[in-house]
Amino acid sequence: MIEVRGIKKSFGDQEVLKGIDMQLQRGQCNLIIGSSGSGKTVLLKSIVGLVKPDSGQVLLDGRDWTGMPERERKVLRQEMGMVFQASALFTSLTVEENVRFPLDFFSSLPLTEKNARIAFCLDRVRIPQSALRKNVAELSGGMQKRVAIARAIALNPKYLFCDEPNSGLDPETSVVIDQLIQELTREFGMTTVVNTHDMNSVLEIGDHVVLLRHGYKVWEGSGPEILKATNQEVVDYVFVSALFKRVRAALT
Amino acid sequence: MLKGFFLGLGSYFLFLGSVLRRPESWREFGKSLMREIELLGLSSIPLVVFISLFMGAVLTIQTAINLDDPFIPDLYIGVAVREGIVLEFSPTIVSLILAGKVGSNISSSLGAMRVTEQMDALQVMGINPAGYLVLPKIVACLLFFPVLIVFSIFMGLLGGYLAGDWLRMVNPDHFLMGYFDEFNPYFVVYALTKTVFFAFIISSISAWYGFHVKGGAVEVGKASTKAVVAMSFTIILFNYILTNVMLQ
Ligand SMILES: Nc1ncnc2c1ncn2[C@@H]1O[C@H](COP(=O)(O)OP(=O)(O)OP(=O)(O)O)[C@@H](O)[C@H]1O
Ligand SMILES: [Mg+2]
Repeated sequence: MIEVRGIKKSFGDQEVLKGIDMQLQRGQCNLIIGSSGSGKTVLLKSIVGLVKPDSGQVLLDGRDWTGMPERERKVLRQEMGMVFQASALFTSLTVEENVRFPLDFFSSLPLTEKNARIAFCLDRVRIPQSALRKNVAELSGGMQKRVAIARAIALNPKYLFCDEPNSGLDPETSVVIDQLIQELTREFGMTTVVNTHDMNSVLEIGDHVVLLRHGYKVWEGSGPEILKATNQEVVDYVFVSALFKRVRAALT
Repeated sequence: MLKGFFLGLGSYFLFLGSVLRRPESWREFGKSLMREIELLGLSSIPLVVFISLFMGAVLTIQTAINLDDPFIPDLYIGVAVREGIVLEFSPTIVSLILAGKVGSNISSSLGAMRVTEQMDALQVMGINPAGYLVLPKIVACLLFFPVLIVFSIFMGLLGGYLAGDWLRMVNPDHFLMGYFDEFNPYFVVYALTKTVFFAFIISSISAWYGFHVKGGAVEVGKASTKAVVAMSFTIILFNYILTNVMLQ
C-alpha cells in the first residue's frame, strides 16, 4: 500500500500540487487522471522521488519513504519499477540487455537464474524470441512499451508506476497494454499507479481512480462509478466528448 | 550575463562532485569504460592519423620555405618541425579537433538520454546517472587522449619527413637528424600534461552541457554547439596558463 499525505509542490510561483492525500491499495490498479497540466506527472514523480516535494509524506507499506536517508531509499528503490511515457529504454542496448540491466546491477542471482528471469519477464509481456537481439530503436511503440514493462518487473517489484502507458498507441494496442498491467498487478500483488488520459483504461482497469484538477484531488472512486458521478468536476472532465455525452444520455 | 556564468560554474563544480565518486559497481564501470574507450578513443584514430600526417607535411613545407637560406642547414628545419609538432600542434590543435568530435558526441548522447527520460529511468532504479554515465567517459578520455596525442606526434613527424622528401624541399638525411638533435624530453612531459588537462576539460564540460539539457531534440543540438564553443575557449585559455607555468 502507498499512502500519500499532503503532498505539495511548486515550481517558482506556480503551485502545481496543492496538498494531495490518497491511499493506493496493493493488488489494485490505481489510476490518476486529469487534464493536461493538472500535475499527474509531477505527482507520480514526487511519489517515486524524481521530484522532491516541498512538503508532505509518502509511506510505502508504512515505511516513511520521503523521510528516509538516501542510503535506505536506494535499497527500497529495488522494490519499484517504472514505465515512462516514452518508454525510456536504453537505446544503446538490445531488448534483452535492457531487461538484464537492473538484474546485473542489483541481483546476486547466478547467471542461469538471471537468464531464466529475463526469459520469464520477456515471455510474460509476450516479446517473441526473435526480437531479443534487436536494438530497442527498431521496435514499434507498442513493443517498446512491453519491453519497458518487462524491465520494470525484472526485480519483482512491489510497486509499479506507469506514466501514460497508452500514449501514442492505437486503441487495440492500448487495451493489450492495459490488460497486461492489470494481469501483472494481480499476479504479483503489486501496488500499481498509472497516469492516464484514456477513459477506456478508467473503465477497464480502474480499481481506484483519482481525478486531479488544478493541483487538487477533486474526485475518487472506482472506474465504473465515474459514469454515475454527479460531481461537477467529473462532469467537466469526462462528459465533454461526444462519445461520453451519448454514454451519459443512455445511462440516464 | 556574468551572474549566469558564475551560476553555471557553480553548477559545473557541483556536477563534478556527483560524478567523481566511487562507482556503485566496479564490474559495470569496467564494462562501460571499455565501451567508451572504443567509442570515444579507438574510433578517433583514423581522424588523428589523417590530420597529423597532413599537419606535419604542411609544417615542413612552411618551415622549409621560411628557412630557405644556404647558411641554415636542413637539420634546423627538422628541429623546428619537431618542436612545432610536439609543443603545440599535436597536443593543442588535435585536442581542439577532438573537442569537436568527442565532445559533441558526449554532449549529444547524454542530452538525448536526458530528454528521452533514460536518466530518470536510471535514477528510479537507484543508479546515480552522473556517476554511471559520465565517469567512464571522463576516465576513458583521460586514459586514451595521451595515447592519441603520442600517436599524433609520431604521425606528424612522419608526415613532415615524407613531405620534405617527396617534394625535395630538404635533404632528408639532414632533416631527419634534426628530429633527434638536442631532444628535450621535458617537452613531451609538457605536451602530455596539456593533453591530460584538455582531456578533462573536453569530457567534463561536454558532459555538463549534455547532462543539463531541458526540452527536446533541438535543445540537444544547441547544447552540443554551446559545449564546443565553451571547450574551445577553455582549452585556449588553459593552453596559455599551462605554457606560462611549465615553460617559463
Ligand atoms: N521541472 C518543471 N519545472 C517547471 N515547471 C514544471 C516542471 N515539471 C512540470 N511543471 C509544470 O507543472 C504543471 C503540471 O505538469 P505535469 O507534467 O505534471 O502535467 P500532466 O498532468 O502530467 O500533463 P500531461 O497530461 O500533459 O502529461 C505544468 O504546468 C508544467 O508546466
Ligand atoms: Mg504527464
